[in-house]
Amino acid sequence: MSIESSALYDVPGPKALARHRTYGWIVTVLLLGVLAWVIYKLIDTGQFDHDKWAPFEYVGVQKLLLRGLGHTLQVFAWAAVLSLAFGAVFAAGRLSDHRVVRWISGLVVEFFRAMPVLVMIFFIFIAMKVEPRLALISGLTLYNGSVLAEVFRGGVNAVPKGQSEAAYALGMRKTTVMVNILIPQAVRTMLPTIISQLVVTLKDTSLGYLISYEEFLYAGKQIATNLDYSLPFIPVVIVIAPIYIGMCMLLSGLARYLESSGRRRHKTA
Amino acid sequence: MNVLLDNFALFRKGFVGTLELTLAASAIALVIGVLMAGCRVSPVRPLRLLGGVWVTVLRNTPLTLLFFAVVLGLPRFGVVLPFFTLAVLALGCYTSAFICEAVRAGINTVPVGQGEAARSLGMNFGQTLNLIVLPQAVRAVIPPVGSTLIALAKNTAIAGSFSVVELLGTYRTLNELGYDIVVTFLWIAVGYLIITLSISALFRFLEKRLEVAR
Repeated sequence: MSIESSALYDVPGPKALARHRTYGWIVTVLLLGVLAWVIYKLIDTGQFDHDKWAPFEYVGVQKLLLRGLGHTLQVFAWAAVLSLAFGAVFAAGRLSDHRVVRWISGLVVEFFRAMPVLVMIFFIFIAMKVEPRLALISGLTLYNGSVLAEVFRGGVNAVPKGQSEAAYALGMRKTTVMVNILIPQAVRTMLPTIISQLVVTLKDTSLGYLISYEEFLYAGKQIATNLDYSLPFIPVVIVIAPIYIGMCMLLSGLARYLESSGRRRHKTA
Repeated sequence: MNVLLDNFALFRKGFVGTLELTLAASAIALVIGVLMAGCRVSPVRPLRLLGGVWVTVLRNTPLTLLFFAVVLGLPRFGVVLPFFTLAVLALGCYTSAFICEAVRAGINTVPVGQGEAARSLGMNFGQTLNLIVLPQAVRAVIPPVGSTLIALAKNTAIAGSFSVVELLGTYRTLNELGYDIVVTFLWIAVGYLIITLSISALFRFLEKRLEVAR
């Protein structure tokens, strides 16, 4: 990590560098102290005891976790594809030339964006008595689809006006202009935002836990609340959290990579 | 049976619970977020690293998992606090990562020349920060912080499933009492809309107040 250019301070000279190093050491020692205390507490409360970690050696438990992970990824895949489709349809609706279509899609998008996603999932699950998996997928689709619709609309509107004017001047019709001129240019700029939204979708699949759908976190809970394994809450978190965080970081990393490569392409072009 | 009027006390309790969660978690998120943003722009490398790790980890953690770890895990770790406090901690820490990024981005929008000019006029660090950088940064920070806090208000719904009294949880009692579930959810939705719309109005007001002609 290099020092970012900032309005806050000058590039440090030798004296300031020495001072920063001293602060750095103090901070490092403090942080290591906190870390050591946490580890001491973990050992002290018996979180590394054999009986709390033994369940992870059982094939049944491993299968349970893997099945949960599989469900999480399936729900994510469905929700991602469906919300992209939902977003595309309603973005097209909001960009439509017909006022009624524009008005209705605007209402739908704004409403689902303003609602907590969990309220929608609970509504579909409890009031409409849909099975958990379908409730989770449709709740995620409604929310993320609405957010994506706004992203798509913003992306298409951000394409310079001259592009569509030139296309109309060449005699293209509005569908051709949209499909061949606006969308290809918009997708390039929107891609990082779209993927960031997919990270949100992936994170929100864990809401399935709250409607007892057997996804990854729920599988973890089943192990953690098992008295035979002496309630290994912390070990379960230690196992599950890095996998969730790793998956999300991979996706976020992809978004960041696309963003920086997009910027490079613009510079050379 | 009128769902809202018959159960007004229940709805009010849930509404106030959500409001309290939102306010307390916002306060924590703003304090930690600004501190971490300070770490991320500081010249001291371990502090920058701390801020970076904090933001990366929390932004990529599902909030439900964080709730699971904090509300159900921490008590096993010897930290025994009321559920409400634990929920506020989880929400506050989660949101602080997004606040931190907003604040850092805001500080970075201030052109380097502004700081250089301030220093060449003989201002010290405190003066540069308070008189030059922060007033300009705040303007860029207000809108993203507003949308982050709206997201926070919506995320409080998760707390209801972890034994905290809040708005979404009211459906359980009403469902058992046999009230129309669709109407119940309608009023819950109205409750959330009141909170989120107030936050967005507040931040639009702040934005107007701080606006300057350029």
